[in-house]
Amino acid sequence: MSLGILKDVARPILGGMGITAKRLRHKKATISYPEQRREQYPRTRWRHALTRYENGLEKCIGCSLCAGACPAKCINVVAAENTDEDRHSPGERYAVRYEINMIRCIFCGYCQEACPTGAIVLRKEFELANYHREDFIYTKEMLLEAKAST
Amino acid sequence: MPRRIETVVLHDSTTPIIGDVQKGGNVILTTVDSLLAQARANSLWPLTFGLACCAIEMMSASAARFDLARFGSEAFRASPRQADVMIIAGRLSKKMAPVLRQIYDQMPEPKWVISMGACASSGGVYNNYAIVQGADQVVPVDVYVPGCPPSPDALIYGIMKLQEKIKKESGRYKIIELNPRTNEEVTV
Repeated sequence: MSLGILKDVARPILGGMGITAKRLRHKKATISYPEQRREQYPRTRWRHALTRYENGLEKCIGCSLCAGACPAKCINVVAAENTDEDRHSPGERYAVRYEINMIRCIFCGYCQEACPTGAIVLRKEFELANYHREDFIYTKEMLLEAKAST
Repeated sequence: MPRRIETVVLHDSTTPIIGDVQKGGNVILTTVDSLLAQARANSLWPLTFGLACCAIEMMSASAARFDLARFGSEAFRASPRQADVMIIAGRLSKKMAPVLRQIYDQMPEPKWVISMGACASSGGVYNNYAIVQGADQVVPVDVYVPGCPPSPDALIYGIMKLQEKIKKESGRYKIIELNPRTNEEVTV
């Protein structure tokens, strides 16, 4: 009788605990996210950024090729002529408005591929969640990177 | 009888001020309310509502590597009666929209909605006859998470944003009876 208890109850419990004890030696898989971040993969595509040349001029020339390549139709570009007094980019034209609807964007990176000057790039900043739909229209001021302080 | 639920905001700041009685708040229960909000924020039970590929990332968020259980959200509930937050993960077709609304109505108050991914939040690339252009046309959405699909850490960031929002709510609700035909307030 007592042998039966030992065989049917104690052994399976010890066997199960043995698996737990074996797993304790393994490396922990969890990344405690807000404190500790995982390394993003090299080709991760998240938030867009409009880059500048080293002399501070914007790379974007307002050609709207990114808007044409976008499968979600979430990019809106309005171009304007550069003048010598008001120069934003080295070419003839620059983007006076550049808007991305971040909630419709699928982060495919086609805009980055289509861009002839490499102005729009997708960076690895993924914390984009927000409370209101209107807050997801990212304007040019939000996308454009700050001038390098030299 | 359909009902509309309005949140009565007691304070705007996260720290409760004892004795603040604007909008019908109770002086004695303010601390209890904020305690209730803390409890609600830290035990959000999501409803399994995977509609498409975003659901895979949602499952991954609750698995070992990202471990949603650290935020008290490990219990994914198959029954809307036991769930607090509905994570709409995936594109919402027009045929699914009434089902989604019914399940939302079956969830007990207080309830929140996270719209996960581009399709659920705005329609994404599917700007066509079959897909609802944003789940907020069907249910009130609290947090939108962009991405296609959002990575588990982006979803966890969205859940953290929702927790922040809940902690600011003081946990008071006013239930308004609505006329079932016209959806207008019933004056008693």
